[in-house]
Amino acid sequence: MSVENTPMPELRPVLEVRDVSLGFGGVRALTEVSFEVRKGELFSIIGPNGAGKTSMLNCISGRYRPNSGRVMLNGRDVTGFTPNVRATLGLGRTFQNLALFGHMSVLDNIMVGRHHLLRNNALTGALYWLSGARKEELSHRRKVEDIIDFLEIAHIRKAVAGTLPYGLRKRVELARAMAVEPSIILLDEPMAGMNLEEKEDMARYIVDLNEEWGMTVVMIEHDMGVVMDISHRVMVLEFGRKIAEGLPDEVMANERVKVAYLGVDDDEPVPTEEQVA
Amino acid sequence: MISSSLIPCGQFKTSYGADTTIFLTPASRNFCLLGILVALAAPLVLSNYLLALLIQIGYFGIAALGLNILVGSTGQISLGHAAFFGFGAFASAWLNNGFGVPVLLAIPLAGVMTTLLGLLFGIPAGRLKGLYLAIATFASQFILEDFFSRANWFTGGSSGAQAAPINLFGYEVDGDKGFFYVVLFFVVVMYVLGANLLRTRDGRAFVAVRDHYLSAEVMGINLTKYRILSFGISSFYAGVGGALYGHYLGYVSAEGFTILLSIQFLGMIIIGGMGSVMGTLMGTAFMVLLPEGTEAAVSTIKHFTGDIPALTNALAYIKEAAIGLAIVLFLIFEPDGLVHRWRLIKSYWKLYPFSY
Repeated sequence: MSVENTPMPELRPVLEVRDVSLGFGGVRALTEVSFEVRKGELFSIIGPNGAGKTSMLNCISGRYRPNSGRVMLNGRDVTGFTPNVRATLGLGRTFQNLALFGHMSVLDNIMVGRHHLLRNNALTGALYWLSGARKEELSHRRKVEDIIDFLEIAHIRKAVAGTLPYGLRKRVELARAMAVEPSIILLDEPMAGMNLEEKEDMARYIVDLNEEWGMTVVMIEHDMGVVMDISHRVMVLEFGRKIAEGLPDEVMANERVKVAYLGVDDDEPVPTEEQVA
Repeated sequence: MISSSLIPCGQFKTSYGADTTIFLTPASRNFCLLGILVALAAPLVLSNYLLALLIQIGYFGIAALGLNILVGSTGQISLGHAAFFGFGAFASAWLNNGFGVPVLLAIPLAGVMTTLLGLLFGIPAGRLKGLYLAIATFASQFILEDFFSRANWFTGGSSGAQAAPINLFGYEVDGDKGFFYVVLFFVVVMYVLGANLLRTRDGRAFVAVRDHYLSAEVMGINLTKYRILSFGISSFYAGVGGALYGHYLGYVSAEGFTILLSIQFLGMIIIGGMGSVMGTLMGTAFMVLLPEGTEAAVSTIKHFTGDIPALTNALAYIKEAAIGLAIVLFLIFEPDGLVHRWRLIKSYWKLYPFSY
């Protein structure tokens, strides 16, 4: 699948990151990074280890608060908001290291994703039959089953999440993030540690998620083959700075990116900003 | 929170409704209903001594369920549960004596008052975790104990408070037989409410906070809110259990609600099974019956050997040591509690004679 035969995404930005800088003590994790993700786009962030990709995602999802800069979600400044408020405003994410609720069933894990869409509370929940909580739970169960169907995890819906193999856990985590019904979904290394077959499946799910479900996706991934094949646009980070952004082919051809990934021959001079531009 | 366990063959769910029931199978639901029917007949056959034990299991069981929602499901810790239990007992007596609120109404109202208190004392839980939270709740235990012995207007101070017996439509429920039905009613209602809570939105949020609070927050769960709410709900159960305790004994004294009782509540849920509704009742029954069992064992020994003065003198200590020993043995050999053992036994019979 290539970029040419996919429909051009709409231009309204779902996510705007403006001059975000983040430091931990003396370590500069991010330095004035700006980018936009448009509605319907599949946007990838790549970069060598320690480039600040996950820090960037954490700034977007609210786990870290940037030292300076703004994060705008659907045109709204969410920089000061906690992660749970951002979830209700339409932000879903998965984690690099598995973060499922280990003792819950797969079904309950995904139902947790519906948290902000459900209206029943401790009191009405306890009164189950009398308060309409049952009806509400069942109608959301239907939506959750659609997601289960899409990700082909129906056979494990009653399994305890902590007992599942790695590949399935990643899929359950994607299902849980989808259940939030986000306007943008952040995937942190969805294919890390997978074998070729699992990677192919996951790539297909992500493409379908983007095209059939119409979800805007921001993805961090190390597998260049996958990134270049399925992304609409790619941003490259190195040492917390953005060194390139554009169509996959442009990024691949960029000298700075080559240097960042492959290093330079000692005899050759490092290309300067002007040469790259 | 029904984890996947063995379902007998031939059980097919054809609707989402049938798949979200409290009991996994109609058989286990009917078995539980049968248990309630048997309990209804219990006062007709059991002696007052045995009924008193069942009543004790009832009111402690209600309070322990609250603690299990807090500790087992939300993953918080509380060393002050006995104080909330005591507050419920005093609050109900106070409402009845001071304002003439009928006892049956005063019991749930005492639960509501205890909830408000629990929400207040739960505020540190929004910030603290683990050992630090344990110490903070430890403080609430002592603050409330001190309050009980000083607040004459509320608790009667050192002389304690009188708690009137339950009056139902002009008919006074006194004696163990009548009170047994009252406790049974409250146990069934509170346990059904608890089971419902744990299978809906906020119950799932509690478990999510326990299992992985970072991703719970990313799923839109307000951590502070749910940590404090869990304290409130836990206190509601403690308050209702305590109120029943007060009206059963007819007299509430500040000495009964010490840290020792708080630890016993923790013992109940550890032995029963953390996060399990039915396990709570099993654990409570175990903790209530263990001292009685120890006493029976000691008297059996004496029956054969004649009176041993040393054994008779040490009986009180043996009873307490047995509780400690039971907790330690459960932590080592059955950390998932009696409810797990019960599931193993059930699956053994289902699979017999081929255990695979």
